[in-house]
Amino acid sequence: MTTARSLLLAALLAGGTLPALAETVYVSNEKDNTLSIIDGATLTVTETVKVGRRPRGITLSADGKHLYICASDDDTVQVMDLATKKILHNLPSGEDPELFALHPDGRQLFIANEESNVVTIVDVPNRRVAYQVDVGVEPEGMAVSPDGKWAVNTSETTNMVHWIDTEKRAVVDNTLVDSRPRYAQFSKDGGRLWVSAEIGGTLSVIDTANRKVAQTIRFKIKGVPQDRIQPVGIKLTDDGRYAFVALGPANHVAVVDAQTFAVKDYLLVGRRVWQLDLSPDQKRLYATNGVSGDVSVVDVDSLKVVKSIKVGRYPWGVAVKG
Amino acid sequence: MRFSLWLPSLMQIALLAGGLCASPAAFSQEAAPVDLPTSNMATVRIAYLTQEVEHPPALSNLDEPPADEGLAGANLAVADNNSTGRFLKQRFELEAVTVPIDGDPAQALRDLAAAGHRIVVLDLPGETPGALARLPEAANLLLFNAGSTDDSLRNALCAPNLLHTAPDRAMLADALAQYLAVKRWTKWLLIVGTRPEDRLYAAAVKRAAKRFGAEVVEEKTWSEDHDARRTAQAEMPVFTQGKRHDVVIVADEIGDFGDYVLYRTWEPRPVAGTQGLVPTNWHRAHEAWGAAQLQSRFKAAAQRTMLPRDHAVWAAIRAVGEAATRTRSTDPAALAAHIRGPDFTLAAFKGVPLSFRSWDGQLRQPVLLAADRSLVSVSPQDGFLHPRTELDTLGHDQPETGCRR
Repeated sequence: MTTARSLLLAALLAGGTLPALAETVYVSNEKDNTLSIIDGATLTVTETVKVGRRPRGITLSADGKHLYICASDDDTVQVMDLATKKILHNLPSGEDPELFALHPDGRQLFIANEESNVVTIVDVPNRRVAYQVDVGVEPEGMAVSPDGKWAVNTSETTNMVHWIDTEKRAVVDNTLVDSRPRYAQFSKDGGRLWVSAEIGGTLSVIDTANRKVAQTIRFKIKGVPQDRIQPVGIKLTDDGRYAFVALGPANHVAVVDAQTFAVKDYLLVGRRVWQLDLSPDQKRLYATNGVSGDVSVVDVDSLKVVKSIKVGRYPWGVAVKG
Repeated sequence: MRFSLWLPSLMQIALLAGGLCASPAAFSQEAAPVDLPTSNMATVRIAYLTQEVEHPPALSNLDEPPADEGLAGANLAVADNNSTGRFLKQRFELEAVTVPIDGDPAQALRDLAAAGHRIVVLDLPGETPGALARLPEAANLLLFNAGSTDDSLRNALCAPNLLHTAPDRAMLADALAQYLAVKRWTKWLLIVGTRPEDRLYAAAVKRAAKRFGAEVVEEKTWSEDHDARRTAQAEMPVFTQGKRHDVVIVADEIGDFGDYVLYRTWEPRPVAGTQGLVPTNWHRAHEAWGAAQLQSRFKAAAQRTMLPRDHAVWAAIRAVGEAATRTRSTDPAALAAHIRGPDFTLAAFKGVPLSFRSWDGQLRQPVLLAADRSLVSVSPQDGFLHPRTELDTLGHDQPETGCRR
């Protein structure tokens, strides 16, 4: 609880008022083997914690007490106690875990094992592998539908979305998308799946009901060569208004109208923008910029980049806790 | 926890056939290799043709060239294609042919065509791919040149049935020249070996100098035929004296003397070209854009690091796989048409989509600039602009092509 006190103290010193936003932002630094912890009130890094090797995807536990960290080069998922910032234990993740998604039951963690072409499903409380599913080459993106029925995985070299029926524990359908699909996210109601294709340069919106591509969204930024536009991270606002898309080496985050699929704006952020997360109140978007080594903070109401925060080397994943 | 990936067990096949792929962790251990079932799968046959070569004795003979350079790339690409193909009921088969030193690659290609092959990856040096593409038996084949960097194959010797996944010397030299231009190292001392391919490399260097505002202030030929290992310290300083230059460029494709120029020049100057800072289509130090995954996948399969020819062969066979995925076809003619068409792109772990130039069949691709243990840069460099794609600032662009096919 020292941390809470020091955060409060920092806020008081900085602004003289109570923090308006109490969120905490966790950022994995892929080439530093560390986790940067940002105080949402002051937007400063308050702590840098050593974690496993090549930390990439990170996600919060259902109760928000733990952070799961893909330590890719250690072939494990680490479980960090956010109160003490200590690693409690490792989960048996399979080889080279990169990204993962937690089932709404809070128990099943779906992990993409990039180097072995499988998805590993871990039973978190028991710390055991429940089962594995064969998918395409270089599995990367993972998402679980809000109703828990579907777990999807994108495979980067196979260029498909693999639909895992979580009851049958098997791939029952595959949707071909554009080249090098990297990230997937379901809409809040589960009706649509949004998938980014890094080399294809597109975003596919898939109907969950028939698992067919309903919309393909393309991007164009003045002064940026077309082959630099490489969509990676996606975040949808809960109100169904926006889809934010990190465009990698194009150094912009695209703002897409999630109803009309029109691109509304491009926000200039740091170099090689990678993953995104929204604050719990949906007022802020945090974006990791791998090459410039910082995190951009976007004000969602005004669609303006309000700050960039220096973190470690190659910030990759980001998770915001309320 | 590792599955036997491209050699599925009978159990997995049974599950796959039923549309199911779940495998309880209990039997996820290594399984005995068996052939994939062919009954309900359409097959794409791909041939790989190479020839044994006699490696001339080189001074820098520290690294033995692996016997399977190229072939190991073919095996991995076929495995990658099959991992994808099983979701689309497509199966990829590789037939690898190695012609002995005194054998005839033309006859080998005729035999492959007679056996019904329509897609052949040629891992052969010099102008041989151009000659093979002109055989009457090759008229209906799709050929990939993955082994020759000869610029002539993209110009006078080009052929409508021949695509190139290996970069040509012009692309390599242009990539280096752009970087040296960015560094403002624009005065070059060029040292050329006596072999014909060294002179071709030197010609590409001189062409690149003109294109990117550099100057070859002096050109020298290294013709010493004795073993320089004991004498380089005495000889190289004297040999590299001359007009003022910023960098020494060596053209020594077999690695006969280039490594002995480094650290022995009269002036303290960096060395680039075939040794020192080397432009190449692939390098073991490359790890960005997912390349780390390809490198480790290759290493696990081949027990060594991926070499440039491995990547060129891999890219050719992956191009076939990508076309089969996109067209949902296994018909060689349909695949060839798609690969040559405007919508084709290949993800090859180089950060941008790759495609084949319509005018000479060359795969446009970024070129890595690497030292022995580090990736120094990747060209095209920022600021070298092109109306189509910056990749076309490397090599033979449409207006200057000598290809009339």
